[in-house]
Amino acid sequence: MSLTATDWRNLSLSALALLAAACLPWVVGNYHLTIGVTIAMYAVLATSWALFSGPTHYISLATAAFFGVGAYVTGIGLQHLPYWVLLPLAGLIGAVMAALVGLATLRLSGVYFVIFTLGLAEFVRQIITWGQNVSGTKGLYVLTSITERDIYWQLLGLAALVWALGWLIGRSRLGFALRIIGDDETVAKHSGINTARAKILLFMVPGAVAAITGAVLAPRYVYIEPALAFTPMLSFQVVIMALLGGTGRLWGPLVGVIPFTFLWEAISISFPNQTTLLLGVAFLLIVYFLPRGFVGLIEDARRRMGSEGAR
Amino acid sequence: MTEVVLSLRGVTKRFGGLVAVNGMDFDVAEHQVMGLIGPNGSGKSTTLNLISGAFPVSAGRISLRGTPITHLPAQDIARRGISRTFQLVRLLPSMTVQDNVMAGAVFGHRRRWGHEAEGIAQTMLEKVGLGGRGHLRVGQLTYIDTKRVELARALAGEPRVLLLDEWLAGLNPTELETGINLIRALRDEGRTIILVEHVMDAIRSLCDTCVVMAAGSKIAEGTPDQVLSDPAVIRAYLGDDDA
Repeated sequence: MSLTATDWRNLSLSALALLAAACLPWVVGNYHLTIGVTIAMYAVLATSWALFSGPTHYISLATAAFFGVGAYVTGIGLQHLPYWVLLPLAGLIGAVMAALVGLATLRLSGVYFVIFTLGLAEFVRQIITWGQNVSGTKGLYVLTSITERDIYWQLLGLAALVWALGWLIGRSRLGFALRIIGDDETVAKHSGINTARAKILLFMVPGAVAAITGAVLAPRYVYIEPALAFTPMLSFQVVIMALLGGTGRLWGPLVGVIPFTFLWEAISISFPNQTTLLLGVAFLLIVYFLPRGFVGLIEDARRRMGSEGAR
Repeated sequence: MTEVVLSLRGVTKRFGGLVAVNGMDFDVAEHQVMGLIGPNGSGKSTTLNLISGAFPVSAGRISLRGTPITHLPAQDIARRGISRTFQLVRLLPSMTVQDNVMAGAVFGHRRRWGHEAEGIAQTMLEKVGLGGRGHLRVGQLTYIDTKRVELARALAGEPRVLLLDEWLAGLNPTELETGINLIRALRDEGRTIILVEHVMDAIRSLCDTCVVMAAGSKIAEGTPDQVLSDPAVIRAYLGDDDA
């Protein structure tokens, strides 16, 4: 694999941006660090979501299911295992869960897949609630010495991993196969692509990443319960942010996450009782007016500038 | 005697009560162009779909160089060396012409990657007359050029057998001549091809042998001249009164 000059430029720019982001805790106060954590969390979730759903157009609403399981891995595991073991363990569990879900559902297409993934989060939530009722416990306390700064840096590290993975996948046979599947699954099969295997392999990525994210964030919540860990709002927000940014490019979701986090912060403060409604409206607006997200806008503008420059 | 590449024995496809293909038997020899012809609805495309694994076979056997492939999924059949085009052209709309053809090179029979796959794609594009147009989006192409891209994609997998489903349909007279010459060039390279076709000129000039289907069954087999003068074939195409 050889890298072109553009590859090197993009890689160094990304590394610089990451380094700058890593300095944030020393520059800003607690409130803005909290927003930084939220942005980093959604950047990780939306980017990994788009790795699978971008090329295949399979809209997954399972983020909350994996996230919640990851949070519970930390919540339950802390008493038995060191924290650093729990993160890869959560990733492993998330990946296995995604593989099972993939085996069962990726033969389904379109809306059936969407509904199944939405139901999955609810299903896992109900199982855990049932488990708590049987055992007589309520929520779980996650008491650690991990600070907001630690969480922020962990999430940045995870984001770097996700981007690196996405970059590698984009240049691999698997990435090419996924793009072909997204365009025409029949052509993909008749060209020799094992479509089921390709989809399952790639669906494991957002599964594992969301579970690790949940595991990283559990200490922030201090007290976790099913309604919090498996909130469907999380799944919807990830989809909306990724679509707002655009799923056609690796950096697309990030471009959606940053403005949306600030917008959402403002909405939650001003209209705390109408958030779900406004989320729905935002979704409709994006789908109708920005079908390719900010990425589409940016690329159209570039093309226009390019053609004007040529004249 | 040349080697038999593809062989069908008693191949049958039922859709509920309808028998679309009924006990088809035929062999395709290496370097041969076989025409699969017959009136509309006679089961030609379904037969092609059974060979390429688009539908599961209800009964019978299909083998490629003696190895059974009857119940393999479509992707495994493609990997073993059977490539196809579609009756209604199917291209990958978000990709360039080059990437469309790469799909065949990367995942087909020979499974190439990187510069090697790019090289194959370019060679195939030149072969079908699209050299230098690899950078175009498929939406910018004329109808015949979309057909060329699909053909190049099928060729890029370096298949043992090429299935062309009415590849010449819908072309105007000039394009038709170009198209026939293109397929003739492939035949002269020694490729093994099954051609589902309605254009009689093409059948006469391109096919070594023909299998004629009517109502799901084989009604004749032989050289184009033999089958086209066969009373059973004329009856199937034109009805009893004209025979």
